[in-house]
Amino acid sequence: MFLSMNWISDYVDLSGLDKRELISRFSLSTAEVENEIFYKGSDLRGVVVAEIKSVEEHPESKKLHLLKVDAGAGELTDVVCGAPNVRVGMKTAFAKVGAQIGDITIAPRKLAGFPSNGMCCSEKELGISDDHSGIMEITDDVSLGVDLKELYQIDDIVFEVDNKSLTNRPDLWGHYGIAREFAAISGRQLKHLEVIDLSQYDSLPGVDMKIENKLCQRYSCLKFENISRNVSPVNMRIRLYYCGMRAINLLADLTNYLMLEMGQPMHAFDSRKVEKIRVKCFDKPFVFRTLDGVDRNIDENTLMICNGDTPVAIAGIMGGLDSEIVGDTTTLTLESATFDAVSVRKSTVRLSHRTDASMRYEKCLDPEMTVKAIARFVKLLMDIDGGVRIVSSLTDEYAVKFGQVKLDFDKAYVNRYTGIEISNEHIINTLRSLGFGVEATGDEFHVEVPSWRATKDVTIKADIIEEITRIYGYDNFDVHTTKAPLYPVRAYEEKTVEDKIKDVLVKKYALHEVHSYIWAYYDEYKALGIEIEDNVKLVNSTNPNIETLRKSMIPTQLCQIKSNFQYASDFGIFEVGRVVEGLTEENLCNERKKLAITLFSKSKTTQELYFELRDMVAVMADDIKHTKIFLNKKEAVHSYQHLKNLNAVVAGDKEIGELGVVHPTVVKKIDKKAAIVYAELDVEELAGVANGGIHYEEPSRFPEMTIDLSFVCDTFAPVLSAIKQVNSELVKKVDVLDVYSDENGKSITVRMLFSHSERTLTREEVTQVTDKIISILAKDKIELKN
Amino acid sequence: MEEKILRLKAQLEEELAKVKDVAELENIRVAYLGKKGSVTELLKGLKELSGEGKKTLGQKVNILKGEVAGKIDDYKVKLAEAEILKEINAMPEFDMSIPAKLERGSYHPITLVQRECEKIFKSMGFTVEDYSEVVSEYECFESLNIPKHHPARDMQDTYYLENGQLLKTQTSAAQNAIYKKYKDALVNEGKPIKAIFPGRCFRNEATDACHENTFFQMEGVMVGKDISISNLIFFMKTMLSEVFRRDIKVRLRPGFFPFVEPGFELDINCLICGGKGCPSCKHSGWLELCPCGMIHPEVLKAGGIDPEEYTGFAFGLGLTRLAMMKYGIKDIRDLNSGNLKSMEQFTDGE
Repeated sequence: MFLSMNWISDYVDLSGLDKRELISRFSLSTAEVENEIFYKGSDLRGVVVAEIKSVEEHPESKKLHLLKVDAGAGELTDVVCGAPNVRVGMKTAFAKVGAQIGDITIAPRKLAGFPSNGMCCSEKELGISDDHSGIMEITDDVSLGVDLKELYQIDDIVFEVDNKSLTNRPDLWGHYGIAREFAAISGRQLKHLEVIDLSQYDSLPGVDMKIENKLCQRYSCLKFENISRNVSPVNMRIRLYYCGMRAINLLADLTNYLMLEMGQPMHAFDSRKVEKIRVKCFDKPFVFRTLDGVDRNIDENTLMICNGDTPVAIAGIMGGLDSEIVGDTTTLTLESATFDAVSVRKSTVRLSHRTDASMRYEKCLDPEMTVKAIARFVKLLMDIDGGVRIVSSLTDEYAVKFGQVKLDFDKAYVNRYTGIEISNEHIINTLRSLGFGVEATGDEFHVEVPSWRATKDVTIKADIIEEITRIYGYDNFDVHTTKAPLYPVRAYEEKTVEDKIKDVLVKKYALHEVHSYIWAYYDEYKALGIEIEDNVKLVNSTNPNIETLRKSMIPTQLCQIKSNFQYASDFGIFEVGRVVEGLTEENLCNERKKLAITLFSKSKTTQELYFELRDMVAVMADDIKHTKIFLNKKEAVHSYQHLKNLNAVVAGDKEIGELGVVHPTVVKKIDKKAAIVYAELDVEELAGVANGGIHYEEPSRFPEMTIDLSFVCDTFAPVLSAIKQVNSELVKKVDVLDVYSDENGKSITVRMLFSHSERTLTREEVTQVTDKIISILAKDKIELKN
Repeated sequence: MEEKILRLKAQLEEELAKVKDVAELENIRVAYLGKKGSVTELLKGLKELSGEGKKTLGQKVNILKGEVAGKIDDYKVKLAEAEILKEINAMPEFDMSIPAKLERGSYHPITLVQRECEKIFKSMGFTVEDYSEVVSEYECFESLNIPKHHPARDMQDTYYLENGQLLKTQTSAAQNAIYKKYKDALVNEGKPIKAIFPGRCFRNEATDACHENTFFQMEGVMVGKDISISNLIFFMKTMLSEVFRRDIKVRLRPGFFPFVEPGFELDINCLICGGKGCPSCKHSGWLELCPCGMIHPEVLKAGGIDPEEYTGFAFGLGLTRLAMMKYGIKDIRDLNSGNLKSMEQFTDGE
């Protein structure tokens, strides 16, 4: 919303104050002002009123005219002018030689062969409207030679307030409310709005009007006729233009002017079309043509203004085309009303049509304003057009009243909330300057909230704190730290685990952490041949590609692997993120925090890569929880899982996730030659695994002995089980040294470390142990390799 | 005999001068001092002598033996040094102009920024909380004093789910649960509630370089006795100076958010120009950074805390925005792209 400093100054005398400084204080105390401030008229100089004394056609040009103008000095000046509306006796804006218009300085020159000593200006050239159809016509009774800036309020400071910062302030949607803020900030007095006493028309007949639906809080109207002027005064048009509105005609301009002044939207109907005003909703939807010529679908929840049963306007949004004021309109009915804010907002959304009026109604306007706005309208209209006649009494129905808001608080509350000392005097003065009624007894305050702040904005004591502190100025606050007691802060396990996971994977395994989305991407899944499994869905996604929440992060990661397949021949990614595993019995989403890892390699075999990933997970479990993991075979159920190599990861007594080779169909769609494996662990489950802790064992001071044995066997499991069966205290460590396959079959070399804490081992006792292991395995037909 | 000694000495000098390696030196040692070595032979020859002559000669031969052994040891050290020198000379000087191989992993930029913030808050006694991404309307709106008809609850901004739950639109959705979690310690033990809760948020909107439907925020609250606006300003200034590692100027403007009263928009002096005005701050010298305010009494009440007894402040930091500011990321979509050419650059710098 654009605001004019001239307009504000109508209601509060700001003379002698730095306007720029005031605007920046307004930004800090009230609402955000956009950075650019416009100094209107600053680039205009030397333009005066002149009269065209003669007009001759240019001998060679159809467009150009040769004028002689009188700019007040009595002598005639030659001007060549291209405007179509020139005529003898017309008064216009004339830029004399030496005048400045924007970047141009007017100099005498020859134009199409004739001397031209100045320029007649259009309103657009002067920067006071967008009218460039001809030169400005000055109809006011003014003397020639008077500087235009003395005549009209061309010089102005205009600033823009961010509408979003006014959402909770219905009182700030007009200049008068803004002026109240400037008065409070500057400590100056706010003037009263001049109005007409409408009670003088009480004896006239009322308008036939009725609120049939209480979504209309108040409806006030007045009928008048005999308007003789059509064009608004120049100053009014300039203000409208500076504030971003186009001048149309006197009546339309006046309703707009009132809206920009008081924040009260108004509407004028042709009284012939609107004789019996009814405010109501309809039972059935229908199509309604608004004054912009657009057909709009109206449903049963949209409040309408009607003439009897014929809709004539969408309440609070826009009038209808049929009831608009036309050329032969003589009698008008002026509406000034308030409607339920939520209803207007919803209708606006339904119609996807936001107007200056609806924007204000959405903020919950003060119904006390309707009658005053009419009184102000009549005052302004009569000042402009003395012939206007009021032909009805003020007709006013007040269906829904907001209650009076009264708040009590004391000084201690203010001190506690602000943390600083603000004087009683400051509290009282601030609140009064903002229109609050204040009674103070000692340190006790009783406050009456003014109607324009009481519709939703100020309802509790804390709101009063804001009023006091924002005018006090947050920059003026003495700031200090809290007096809070000291106590230890404990990190919770899941968060610690998450941090450690990331550290191990990044620091030890050089994986890359990525982020992805919580939903499945249909197109990308399909491209990889991954089935989109049924799961909880978004009900209002605007993108049909993202409708279903993901159950697992693996498909997402495979998509990311696909988009990175040329990144390197070997790489791995991981993410700690969320999935939703369907609904719980309580119909709530079963949200889980997961760790997903995917490894991609073109240099390793799938088996090598799978073992690498298994080791990674084992190291992680050991590093974070001092615990071992066990891998159990698992059945594939998802389209991306390999049918054979899929394992459940068990830690403690719980399954905490899975480890798997990616299904070859999917792998081939990513890269024909690559190996791809994945792991997905439940972070909450991992965090819940008991920490094995560190159990220190003093290393033996006596020599250790290493024995390597090679067995011909397919898996390591029986060897390990034989070692466990022997259960010798001397065996300190068991490792698989090598796995070898040739035409004779597969062999596994196991390395065992023997030691005793109190003495040197003898060869015999070690051989006893290995012999036992060999003989157990021999029973299972597992022989030592030659 | 004495002559023999002198000859041996001269001969040794001659032979040692020709020695090239440890093996040759060892041969010499054996030739002189070994069981059948020439010095040993001399010693053996002494047995045949007697009287005074035997004594003096014996002394001389023993001296000779010591001298020979000493000379050989000296040569051993010299040879070892020469060997090492040879090894050193044999090694080429490495070409250090070959670039280093930086094979290391990377953290997501959000992780880096989040960790940095967490560290600061932990140092100030805040707990770090985690919260789900799917929440109820109550958590996201009602408990935060956002009534049914508020524009923030419009369908177009929020991703609603089939079961009536929704994807949280703001980290504030965790406030209620956090108040409930800590209110007993607040009331019974006088422990103020100091918590931050980073998290992922969702808005149903079209994405472009500046807009994402999935982004990170970090909310913080402090509730206790006599927590004031003055404390809030002090805290925000201190905290932000830590985050940006320089002295930050803050400025508060009124801002409207249903869950705070009064609510503020907090600006900091522009990090690029320091407040003089530049294109980054649209020549205002200030950057709008984060909303904050005194927690609305209704919000405290919903969390089971008596607003007449306790007050508090809350603030919301845009982690995604912070990361973009810190690393100069221009397109917000890079963050969720999974593009490793982007992601690999964010290595741990702590």
